[in-house]
Amino acid sequence: MAMDEMPDVPDVTKKFLYVNRKAPYGTIYALESLEVVLIGAAFEQDVSLAFLDDGVYQLVDGQDTTGIGMKNFSPTYRALGDYEVTKLYVEKESLEERGLTPDDLMQITYEDEDDDWAEKPSIRIVSRAEMIDIMADQDVILSF
Amino acid sequence: MSTLHTVNKSPFERSSFISCLNHVKAGDAVLMIEDAVVAARKGSAFAEIVEKAAKDCTLYVLGPDLAARGMGEDDLIAGIKLVDYGGFVDLAAEHDRTNAWL
Repeated sequence: MAMDEMPDVPDVTKKFLYVNRKAPYGTIYALESLEVVLIGAAFEQDVSLAFLDDGVYQLVDGQDTTGIGMKNFSPTYRALGDYEVTKLYVEKESLEERGLTPDDLMQITYEDEDDDWAEKPSIRIVSRAEMIDIMADQDVILSF
Repeated sequence: MSTLHTVNKSPFERSSFISCLNHVKAGDAVLMIEDAVVAARKGSAFAEIVEKAAKDCTLYVLGPDLAARGMGEDDLIAGIKLVDYGGFVDLAAEHDRTNAWL
Protein backbone atom coordinates (compact mmCIF):
# COMPACT_ATOMS: atom_id res chain seq x y z
CA MET A 1 0.00 0.00 0.00
CA ALA A 2 1.38 3.40 -0.97
CA MET A 3 1.99 5.95 1.75
CA ASP A 4 -0.73 8.28 0.52
CA GLU A 5 -3.24 5.47 0.96
CA MET A 6 -2.33 4.90 4.60
CA PRO A 7 -5.24 5.50 6.98
CA ASP A 8 -5.01 8.49 9.28
CA VAL A 9 -3.56 7.57 12.65
CA PRO A 10 -4.08 9.91 15.58
CA ASP A 11 -0.71 11.33 16.68
CA VAL A 12 -1.48 10.67 20.34
CA THR A 13 0.91 8.23 21.95
CA LYS A 14 -0.60 6.31 24.83
CA LYS A 15 1.05 4.09 27.39
CA PHE A 16 -0.08 0.49 26.96
CA LEU A 17 0.76 -2.23 29.47
CA TYR A 18 0.21 -5.88 28.64
CA VAL A 19 -0.11 -7.86 31.89
CA ASN A 20 0.91 -11.53 31.70
CA ARG A 21 -0.03 -13.68 34.70
CA LYS A 22 -0.28 -17.22 33.31
CA ALA A 23 2.28 -19.89 32.45
CA PRO A 24 2.57 -20.77 28.74
CA TYR A 25 1.02 -23.88 27.03
CA GLY A 26 -1.60 -24.81 29.69
CA THR A 27 -3.91 -22.13 28.30
CA ILE A 28 -3.82 -19.93 25.19
CA TYR A 29 -3.41 -16.66 27.12
CA ALA A 30 0.39 -16.31 26.81
CA LEU A 31 0.44 -16.88 23.05
CA GLU A 32 -2.59 -14.62 22.51
CA SER A 33 -0.89 -11.86 24.50
CA LEU A 34 2.26 -12.13 22.40
CA GLU A 35 0.23 -11.97 19.18
CA VAL A 36 -1.69 -8.90 20.35
CA VAL A 37 1.57 -7.21 21.39
CA LEU A 38 3.01 -7.81 17.89
CA ILE A 39 -0.16 -6.50 16.24
CA GLY A 40 -0.25 -3.52 18.61
CA ALA A 41 3.39 -2.70 17.85
CA ALA A 42 2.27 -1.50 14.41
CA PHE A 43 0.42 1.41 16.06
CA GLU A 44 3.61 2.93 17.50
CA GLN A 45 2.36 3.34 21.05
CA ASP A 46 4.47 3.34 24.22
CA VAL A 47 4.28 -0.37 24.96
CA SER A 48 5.43 -2.21 28.08
CA LEU A 49 4.96 -5.84 29.13
CA ALA A 50 4.54 -6.99 32.73
CA PHE A 51 5.22 -10.54 33.84
CA LEU A 52 3.98 -11.54 37.27
CA ASP A 53 2.59 -14.57 39.08
CA ASP A 54 2.88 -17.67 36.79
CA GLY A 55 3.43 -15.28 33.85
CA VAL A 56 7.14 -15.22 34.70
CA TYR A 57 7.32 -18.77 33.28
CA GLN A 58 6.72 -17.32 29.80
CA LEU A 59 10.29 -15.99 29.85
CA VAL A 60 12.05 -19.01 31.34
CA ASP A 61 15.01 -20.16 29.24
CA GLY A 62 15.22 -23.64 27.72
CA GLN A 63 11.55 -24.27 26.87
CA ASP A 64 11.24 -27.53 24.88
CA THR A 65 7.73 -28.34 23.65
CA THR A 66 8.61 -31.26 21.36
CA GLY A 67 6.95 -33.71 23.76
CA ILE A 68 3.59 -31.91 23.97
CA GLY A 69 2.98 -31.28 20.28
CA MET A 70 2.75 -27.51 20.63
CA LYS A 71 4.80 -24.76 19.03
CA ASN A 72 7.49 -23.30 21.28
CA PHE A 73 6.77 -19.59 20.86
CA SER A 74 9.34 -18.41 23.41
CA PRO A 75 11.94 -17.38 20.76
CA THR A 76 9.43 -14.76 19.58
CA TYR A 77 10.05 -12.71 22.76
CA ARG A 78 13.59 -12.15 21.46
CA ALA A 79 12.14 -10.49 18.34
CA LEU A 80 10.16 -7.89 20.30
CA GLY A 81 13.09 -5.47 20.28
CA ASP A 82 12.83 -5.23 16.47
CA TYR A 83 9.27 -3.94 16.98
CA GLU A 84 10.45 -1.35 19.51
CA VAL A 85 8.96 -3.31 22.39
CA THR A 86 11.88 -3.00 24.78
CA LYS A 87 10.39 -2.87 28.28
CA LEU A 88 9.70 -6.29 29.76
CA TYR A 89 9.09 -5.86 33.48
CA VAL A 90 9.42 -9.04 35.57
CA GLU A 91 8.27 -9.05 39.19
CA LYS A 92 11.02 -10.17 41.58
CA GLU A 93 8.62 -11.54 44.20
CA SER A 94 6.84 -13.70 41.61
CA LEU A 95 10.19 -15.23 40.59
CA GLU A 96 11.17 -15.89 44.21
CA GLU A 97 7.81 -17.47 45.11
CA ARG A 98 8.39 -19.98 42.31
CA GLY A 99 12.01 -20.80 43.13
CA LEU A 100 13.23 -18.89 40.07
CA THR A 101 15.98 -16.29 39.71
CA PRO A 102 16.69 -13.78 36.92
CA ASP A 103 19.39 -16.21 35.70
CA ASP A 104 16.65 -18.69 34.78
CA LEU A 105 15.20 -16.26 32.21
CA MET A 106 16.02 -15.91 28.51
CA GLN A 107 18.51 -13.29 27.37
CA ILE A 108 16.36 -10.72 25.59
CA THR A 109 18.01 -7.60 24.21
CA TYR A 110 17.29 -4.63 21.96
CA GLU A 111 19.45 -2.18 20.05
CA ASP A 112 19.09 1.33 21.46
CA GLU A 113 18.83 3.72 18.50
CA ASP A 114 19.43 6.67 20.85
CA ASP A 115 22.72 5.19 22.06
CA ASP A 116 24.58 4.23 18.84
CA TRP A 117 22.55 1.00 18.60
CA ALA A 118 24.12 -0.38 21.77
CA GLU A 119 22.71 -3.76 22.75
CA LYS A 120 20.79 -3.54 26.03
CA PRO A 121 18.71 -5.97 28.08
CA SER A 122 14.93 -5.74 27.60
CA ILE A 123 14.11 -7.62 30.81
CA ARG A 124 13.96 -5.39 33.86
CA ILE A 125 13.53 -7.06 37.23
CA VAL A 126 11.28 -4.91 39.43
CA SER A 127 9.92 -5.23 42.95
CA ARG A 128 6.21 -5.60 43.63
CA ALA A 129 6.17 -2.00 44.85
CA GLU A 130 7.71 -0.85 41.55
CA MET A 131 5.22 -2.99 39.60
CA ILE A 132 2.34 -1.24 41.39
CA ASP A 133 3.71 2.14 40.24
CA ILE A 134 4.26 0.87 36.67
CA MET A 135 0.63 -0.27 36.51
CA ALA A 136 -0.60 3.04 37.94
CA ASP A 137 1.37 4.97 35.28
CA GLN A 138 -0.51 3.52 32.27
CA ASP A 139 -3.25 4.84 30.01
CA VAL A 140 -4.43 1.36 29.06
CA ILE A 141 -3.91 -2.03 30.71
CA LEU A 142 -4.60 -5.19 28.70
CA SER A 143 -4.67 -8.39 30.75
CA PHE A 144 -3.92 -11.92 29.63
CA MET B 1 -5.14 9.18 39.17
CA SER B 2 -6.70 5.94 40.34
CA THR B 3 -7.42 2.51 38.98
CA LEU B 4 -10.50 0.30 38.91
CA HIS B 5 -9.46 -3.31 39.43
CA THR B 6 -11.91 -6.04 38.47
CA VAL B 7 -11.71 -9.64 39.66
CA ASN B 8 -13.93 -12.42 38.30
CA LYS B 9 -12.65 -15.59 39.94
CA SER B 10 -13.17 -16.95 43.45
CA PRO B 11 -10.15 -16.67 45.76
CA PHE B 12 -10.84 -20.29 46.70
CA GLU B 13 -10.13 -21.31 43.10
CA ARG B 14 -7.52 -18.87 41.78
CA SER B 15 -4.80 -16.59 43.11
CA SER B 16 -5.98 -13.59 41.05
CA PHE B 17 -7.97 -11.97 43.88
CA ILE B 18 -5.03 -12.02 46.31
CA SER B 19 -2.63 -10.93 43.57
CA CYS B 20 -4.95 -8.01 42.83
CA LEU B 21 -5.05 -6.94 46.48
CA ASN B 22 -1.24 -7.13 46.53
CA HIS B 23 -1.05 -4.65 43.64
CA VAL B 24 -3.58 -1.95 44.58
CA LYS B 25 -2.62 1.60 45.44
CA ALA B 26 -4.33 3.65 48.13
CA GLY B 27 -7.45 5.23 46.61
CA ASP B 28 -8.00 2.49 44.03
CA ALA B 29 -11.29 0.61 43.68
CA VAL B 30 -11.71 -3.17 43.52
CA LEU B 31 -14.90 -4.57 42.00
CA MET B 32 -15.77 -8.22 42.56
CA ILE B 33 -17.80 -9.72 39.71
CA GLU B 34 -18.90 -13.21 38.64
CA ASP B 35 -17.39 -15.90 40.93
CA ALA B 36 -15.28 -13.30 42.77
CA VAL B 37 -18.39 -12.21 44.68
CA VAL B 38 -17.76 -15.11 47.08
CA ALA B 39 -14.82 -13.08 48.43
CA ALA B 40 -17.29 -10.45 49.67
CA ARG B 41 -19.12 -12.80 52.05
CA LYS B 42 -18.64 -12.21 55.75
CA GLY B 43 -17.21 -15.08 57.76
CA SER B 44 -15.22 -16.53 54.85
CA ALA B 45 -11.59 -17.59 55.22
CA PHE B 46 -10.63 -14.48 53.20
CA ALA B 47 -12.71 -12.00 55.25
CA GLU B 48 -9.77 -10.77 57.31
CA ILE B 49 -7.69 -10.04 54.19
CA VAL B 50 -10.66 -8.28 52.58
CA GLU B 51 -11.28 -6.14 55.68
CA LYS B 52 -7.61 -5.12 55.70
CA ALA B 53 -7.75 -4.18 52.00
CA ALA B 54 -10.86 -2.07 52.64
CA LYS B 55 -8.77 0.34 54.72
CA ASP B 56 -6.73 1.44 51.69
CA CYS B 57 -9.17 1.11 48.81
CA THR B 58 -12.89 1.00 48.14
CA LEU B 59 -14.40 -2.44 47.61
CA TYR B 60 -17.45 -3.06 45.44
CA VAL B 61 -19.45 -6.12 44.53
CA LEU B 62 -21.75 -6.53 41.53
CA GLY B 63 -25.30 -7.05 42.85
CA PRO B 64 -26.71 -9.27 40.08
CA ASP B 65 -23.77 -11.69 40.41
CA LEU B 66 -24.21 -11.70 44.20
CA ALA B 67 -27.97 -12.35 43.94
CA ALA B 68 -27.39 -15.12 41.39
CA ARG B 69 -25.35 -16.93 44.03
CA GLY B 70 -28.01 -16.60 46.71
CA MET B 71 -26.45 -13.71 48.56
CA GLY B 72 -27.54 -10.18 49.36
CA GLU B 73 -26.37 -7.03 51.10
CA ASP B 74 -26.75 -8.63 54.56
CA ASP B 75 -24.15 -11.26 53.68
CA LEU B 76 -21.43 -8.73 52.84
CA ILE B 77 -18.37 -7.86 54.85
CA ALA B 78 -18.97 -4.42 56.38
CA GLY B 79 -17.84 -1.61 54.10
CA ILE B 80 -18.24 -3.40 50.78
CA LYS B 81 -20.49 -1.41 48.48
CA LEU B 82 -23.13 -2.97 46.27
CA VAL B 83 -23.36 -1.73 42.66
CA ASP B 84 -25.59 -2.63 39.73
CA TYR B 85 -24.52 -2.71 36.05
CA GLY B 86 -24.96 1.06 35.80
CA GLY B 87 -22.70 1.46 38.84
CA PHE B 88 -20.11 -0.72 37.11
CA VAL B 89 -20.15 1.66 34.13
CA ASP B 90 -19.84 4.67 36.46
CA LEU B 91 -16.81 3.11 38.18
CA ALA B 92 -15.14 2.47 34.83
CA ALA B 93 -15.77 6.07 33.80
CA GLU B 94 -14.63 7.58 37.12
CA HIS B 95 -11.22 5.90 37.15
CA ASP B 96 -8.26 6.58 34.88
CA ARG B 97 -7.81 2.96 33.84
CA THR B 98 -9.21 -0.50 34.41
CA ASN B 99 -7.04 -3.45 35.37
CA ALA B 100 -8.80 -6.79 34.87
CA TRP B 101 -7.31 -9.56 36.98
CA LEU B 102 -8.16 -12.60 34.86
